Amino acid sequence: MPLNDYEIVIGLEVHAELKTDSKIFCGCTTEFGGEPNSHVCPVCLGLPGVLPVLNEKAMDYTITAGLALNCEISPYSKFDRKQYFYPDLPKAYQISQYNDFLLCKSGWIEVASGNGELKKVRINRVHLEEDAGKTVHSGTGILDSDYGQQDYNRCGVPLIEIVGEPDLRSAQEAKEYLEKLRTLLLYTGISDCKMEEGSLRCDANISLRPKGAKEFGILAEIKNLNSFKAVQSALEYEAERQAELYDKGEKMFKQTRAWDENKGVTVLMRSKEGASDYRYFPEPDLVPMVIDDERLQRLRNTIPELPDSRKRRYMEIWGLPEYDANLISGSRELADYFEAAVKEYGEAKAVSNWVMVELMRLLNQEKIEITAVKITPAALAKMLKLIDAGTISGKIAKTVFEEMFMTGKDPEAIVQEKGLVQISDSGELAAIAKKVIDANPQSAADYLGGKAQALGFLVGQMMKETKGRANPAMVNELLRKELEQRK
Amino acid sequence: MELYQKTAHELQQLIAAKEVKAVEVAESVLERARQAEPKIHAFVTLAEEEAYQAARRVDEAVSKGVKLPPLAGIPVAIKDNISTAGLRTTCASKILENYIPPYDATVIAEIRNQMMVLVGKTNMDEFAMGSSTENSGLFTTRNPWDIEAVPGGSSGGSAAAVCADETILALGSDTGGSIRQPAGYCGIVGLKPTYGRVSRYGLVAYASSLDQIGPLTKDVTDCALLLQAIAKYDPKDSTSVNQPAPDYLQEMKKGAKGLRIGLAKEYLGEGISLPVKDAVQNGVKVFKDLGAEIVEVSLPHTEYALAAYYIIAPAEASSNLARYDGVRYGHRTSQKVSDAVELFMKTRQEGFGAEVKRRIMTGTYVLSSGYYDAYYLKAQKVRTLIRNDFDNAFKSCDLILTPTTPSVAFKIGSKTKDPLEMYLEDIFTVTCNLAGLPGISISGGFDNGMPIGLQMLGPLFKEEILLRAAYGFEQATDFHKKRPEI
Repeated sequence: MPLNDYEIVIGLEVHAELKTDSKIFCGCTTEFGGEPNSHVCPVCLGLPGVLPVLNEKAMDYTITAGLALNCEISPYSKFDRKQYFYPDLPKAYQISQYNDFLLCKSGWIEVASGNGELKKVRINRVHLEEDAGKTVHSGTGILDSDYGQQDYNRCGVPLIEIVGEPDLRSAQEAKEYLEKLRTLLLYTGISDCKMEEGSLRCDANISLRPKGAKEFGILAEIKNLNSFKAVQSALEYEAERQAELYDKGEKMFKQTRAWDENKGVTVLMRSKEGASDYRYFPEPDLVPMVIDDERLQRLRNTIPELPDSRKRRYMEIWGLPEYDANLISGSRELADYFEAAVKEYGEAKAVSNWVMVELMRLLNQEKIEITAVKITPAALAKMLKLIDAGTISGKIAKTVFEEMFMTGKDPEAIVQEKGLVQISDSGELAAIAKKVIDANPQSAADYLGGKAQALGFLVGQMMKETKGRANPAMVNELLRKELEQRK
Repeated sequence: MELYQKTAHELQQLIAAKEVKAVEVAESVLERARQAEPKIHAFVTLAEEEAYQAARRVDEAVSKGVKLPPLAGIPVAIKDNISTAGLRTTCASKILENYIPPYDATVIAEIRNQMMVLVGKTNMDEFAMGSSTENSGLFTTRNPWDIEAVPGGSSGGSAAAVCADETILALGSDTGGSIRQPAGYCGIVGLKPTYGRVSRYGLVAYASSLDQIGPLTKDVTDCALLLQAIAKYDPKDSTSVNQPAPDYLQEMKKGAKGLRIGLAKEYLGEGISLPVKDAVQNGVKVFKDLGAEIVEVSLPHTEYALAAYYIIAPAEASSNLARYDGVRYGHRTSQKVSDAVELFMKTRQEGFGAEVKRRIMTGTYVLSSGYYDAYYLKAQKVRTLIRNDFDNAFKSCDLILTPTTPSVAFKIGSKTKDPLEMYLEDIFTVTCNLAGLPGISISGGFDNGMPIGLQMLGPLFKEEILLRAAYGFEQATDFHKKRPEI
């Protein structure tokens, strides 16, 4: 049967590295990159005799993530050892959290679903753990390599795992969910969420079942999803693949697959039949975490107004179109910038127009982040007031804005310096109008002969004459008046 | 009397009074060690050069009139599972035979700061798993009272070195009795502090929730001095407790008078040799004469302690020892391997001894999915019951007196065939670790020329009570003054 007759069931497991200065259990830096094994110490290398000491900031950040994702925060939590042998895991166990006494559980976020409505996607848990190191193979992959080398720089970087419930029903929804998660984590400032640097990672569980069925199908876990696009493409591919197998009546089995970006296919990594036994047990080297109300309140206070709420406010109170509200609220920095400018200026629509069009264009063109922009919100407001006061025209304002963007100069100073003040003096403009008509008798004759579009040419000439400074609202009026007199 | 025969408190006075130089003390002790080692085999590594350097620094400080820390210039031997920067730390295992740590354990940093003279690293059962040093992957240490007998374990090297005057002080570690049992077998003083009293940072983990570093010394005064030097809160150890230590020397001198000493029938039943029973009875008499009160207490869950211990300790060990995989340090197989898993397997097959493998397998089993609740979880519940037993007992007494072991040191090779028989060695000592309590073993008599250890267990963070009783006993008896002929 066609894919449409199946229901696709997807759940994502997302790992985000926390943006703490130091690692989770030692004082080493978490900075990305660096010479291999330059950000290590006896503790993160797991040398004989070392002990972990919890970085309280990592715990704070995890709770903050939990709060932003509407989770219940446990008043008591603990760490467990997850045990397996791997060269990149120096203690042969990862300090993580097992199923009991999780720091954060039972959360949800709202995600745009296909029909334009919002859908609640449940989050099973958010827990804190340490990252592992990295194996660098001598060949192109594990199979054709004679040896591997270990880089433990990343080992011990704090990591949260966000386990989503299987509530997603399409690849598109999965991508929306991941983007929403990223937005929320960026908003709370706890992670860089850079997929290309591995600070945001995603594994996807996907299965199919006939529409209406209650039982879940047999799932495949997909790894190596290194971009948002990969998440969507891999899931689309995998849904098709599974549907075909079901149609052929093939026996399905639980498996782990890897996304091959180049070929655009998922490939079998291993069967999950003999599931690993991680022999979890409580980490005896760390004492349990107690989260008191004071800490919870302090962390709650650090969470800014989140994007959904901002978006709603922009639309309902400030009257922004959904597209604009969505885009601006999608980044905390941009939204903060926007709101600061609105506060200075007093009205939102004009600010949003300038942000959405001119600011975005220049940010993209110059490839800089909103946090590095030289135009302060106050300067933007000031420029808008210059337009309102008739000091400059909207057209001239674009020039001024560009100059502000490049130099960070005050709009008034730019206007003065470059002589960009709008000409609104009717006497002065009338004189110019006369001059333009005198110089273009043919156009004048055409207009008077009934060709209304000839006026456009004369307006252009007048703007040219004034280097764009003529008050556009007055130009038409004055030209028409002057022409009428010559009838 | 030779310098090496003296105690730390005698030597500290001589050094402070400039009657003796620290270098002379080091020379005397190291010369004694060179002489005794071919018979005793207490040391894995003798650090002569480092020891002389440290001693010279003390003498320079003395000549400049600098005020010295109490144990400056006193030789101390360190069990080879405590990390010493630049000095091989083997855990008496082939897998770490050539491992030189880049960092000092917190207790080692303290020892260096307090200008003690580290003379070497002592033998032990591999990764502290054993009661005789026969499980050492390197060699077996001999009991100085009878070189055919074991010195006890796992801190057998430290105990034998103190007993044979090859050092003045020593540090050991105690997970189920590994300080107290060898102290008992060698007729010296060994104290296992409260869990959390001494930093474990740099102690190579055997069973993290039970391990504790403690002193092995010639007498109780030295024990108080060395405990004082290491009983400190350490932010690098999350399980270390921030509770200031009292002045142990001052407390100790209050003696046994007025203490209520508990006798628990569970520790005085069958399986105990007659001479050991007599020693306990004699101890009771000594304490009564000193003005202590004897009370009967009950610790009803004692019979489950050994089983709980031999689940919890191997479980944690199986995890703690998983890191020795040949990837980063220590032994790596020289056989050809086709992948990482084979590298791990061959390395570990070659590097670990039989007892370590046995405990890793036991521990892996009890943590496996489907068995966890029946073994590990249940053992943890037993642990709670044992702790409750002690809480109740300490309502009516200040400390509990027991034998350290059911009998005196056994002959080398006599118990190696049956691991269970060896495990029974720990029967009186494990409860203390399970409950986190402090415990001390002192010399309380002799059986055919072999020392008998008396153990005392106290409430959490009440090491001073143990020291008081032990000091009182020591003042009233001569057992601690006897030294073996070597």
